[in-house]
Amino acid sequence: MADLNGIKRRLREYDGEPLTIMEVCGTHTAAISENGIADMLSPKIRLVSGPGCPVCVTVASYIDRLLELAMQPAMTVVTFGDMLRVRGSEKSLRDVTAEGASVRMIYSPFEILKLAEAEPDRTFVFAAVGFETTTPVYALMVEQLIQRNIKNVKLLTALKTMPGAIRAVAADGTAVTGFLAPGHVSVITGHRLFENMAKELGMPFVTAGFEGADLLCAVYALTRLRGGRSLNMYPSVVTYDGNKAAQDIVNKYFEPCDGAWRGMGIIPRSGMKLKDEYAKYDAGSAGLTEDRLYNGACACGDVISGRKSPNECPMFGKGCTPDTPQGACMVSMEGSCFHYYINKRK
Amino acid sequence: MKITMAHGSGGRSTSRLIDEVFRSANANPILDMMEDSAVVDGAAKIAVTTDSFVVTPLFFKGGDIGRLAVCGTVNDLLMRGAVPKYITSAYIIEEGADFETLSKIAQSMAETAKEAGVTVIAGDTKVVEGNGGIYINTTGVGFVYDGADIRSANCKAGDAIIVSGTLGDHHAAILSERMGIENNIKSDCAPLCDMVRNMMDAGVEIHAMRDVTRGGLGTVLNEFSKASGCRFELDEDSIPINPEVAGFNKILGLNVMHMGNEGKLVGIIAPRDAERALKIIRNSRYGTAAEIIGTVTDGEGVVMNTHVGGRRAIIELYGEGLPRIC
Repeated sequence: MADLNGIKRRLREYDGEPLTIMEVCGTHTAAISENGIADMLSPKIRLVSGPGCPVCVTVASYIDRLLELAMQPAMTVVTFGDMLRVRGSEKSLRDVTAEGASVRMIYSPFEILKLAEAEPDRTFVFAAVGFETTTPVYALMVEQLIQRNIKNVKLLTALKTMPGAIRAVAADGTAVTGFLAPGHVSVITGHRLFENMAKELGMPFVTAGFEGADLLCAVYALTRLRGGRSLNMYPSVVTYDGNKAAQDIVNKYFEPCDGAWRGMGIIPRSGMKLKDEYAKYDAGSAGLTEDRLYNGACACGDVISGRKSPNECPMFGKGCTPDTPQGACMVSMEGSCFHYYINKRK
Repeated sequence: MKITMAHGSGGRSTSRLIDEVFRSANANPILDMMEDSAVVDGAAKIAVTTDSFVVTPLFFKGGDIGRLAVCGTVNDLLMRGAVPKYITSAYIIEEGADFETLSKIAQSMAETAKEAGVTVIAGDTKVVEGNGGIYINTTGVGFVYDGADIRSANCKAGDAIIVSGTLGDHHAAILSERMGIENNIKSDCAPLCDMVRNMMDAGVEIHAMRDVTRGGLGTVLNEFSKASGCRFELDEDSIPINPEVAGFNKILGLNVMHMGNEGKLVGIIAPRDAERALKIIRNSRYGTAAEIIGTVTDGEGVVMNTHVGGRRAIIELYGEGLPRIC
């Protein structure tokens, strides 16, 4: 049995077939950068970031719709911080705030309930983006709206689920040979989902935690697993079946729909929308599929789907930096470009 | 009672404000003369610095804008090897501010000045339209130790990098107040006179020194790197951080290397004096958690050697940081 030092040595000295391992989750991208893991691996093991940053995969027409809503009288757009600086086809929420739009940044989605109760004549629209991890929170929010009879909160949804995007990456003539399955998503879905995906795609999946040692062990496992094998290396919080209560409340209020992914196009059944009977809580999310890069030179699509490293984008570090982001991947704290830039990851 | 525009008129209301709030807190023979300028003793070499304080909220766990306005300026003087002597205090007050709030701030400022051993020798008060905000500018004068030459360009390969305590406390405290999060995190806002004077008196060879304020340690070390043409190698495991701040950062995605502090210094110390300096700092007020966190080497940039044995670059603060932190 290898200890951590043994694993580190084997990863450094790995001389088998070249591997390209995709970390699907934005928080994994952050942890890999912060721990300096990429530099600890043999040149034959390449890590690439995947489509797991919710802000990064949001299309321009969704942002444009948020801006429209924010400019309307008696309406406030409420969002997490990452979304403020992402541009739609032209402007960001931050830009229109300076022009008089009403935008509030909050840290917990439940703060919106307080805002709404304090100002009943104003409509609050929540920018509901996220994956399997975040959707249960929005479902709880809708449940609260119903229970507390709050009528002035609506959701503009661009919710997504991972399997469709992972299939798209795997089908795309990619070099990816295996996946670090998203740890937080797995908490909700259970490891079973990724066990099934491994079998379906004939590629190894390892569900991993977020500490440096977790990631090293998971990458090591991916150097040993072949074909459709999978492993849950985050069993302290990821069960086989996942969080049933979270799955149930999501299924109560939401249903699958086609999802529009920035730079990747429309992927069937990779989105979630409010069920028809709860449509009165929707702020007009349907049909927001059109995508347009603010800066045509950005390689966002290639970066999000793992075909290019962030530093292979012609804009990276030249005009596109965290201070002057051209694409969402450089804005978000889960964005791959952002992390490659701040930690000078190679 | 509220401050009104009349308190800024220059007439009787202004005199009353100055007498009741500022002079009563800071009585000393120089201020009491109420002349147009202060005439004071000098030294062969003096250090001068000025800083404006716009922090919100005005009161936070571990300090307030008054204490901050003294600490920020006093610490800037100390970082060049100067003993802080004099400080000025200029207030810009928005109408609607509370008389009582102002008195508390002036009192806190006076107490901190006393702790830091500086005399308030000049002051000014202006009232502007607004919504009760209070802003303070302080200018400080310090007498430089004979022969002291402490500056960023002096860092040399082999030097030790010492921080005087846990990082991120002020930033996390301010953010907690603003977000209404209840925790035990306190600002580290403090004057660092004691630890710097103890090092200077003991003849520690300090090559460069900064208080680690806005922009955080990552920004300071990048500035050192650019000024000196050296690389700064850090050891992640030895960077002191209060566990509660570490947890707070994890939840909010903050990086301690870019968080502001108001009572922490980073010293670049000649290798033969490193252990001695560490001991002196640890035995000084506000320095018990000091650590040697890395070494200056040949090369460029700032590199973190991570807990698991990886390496990552640390760049200067990017994006907007946290506004109105000091």
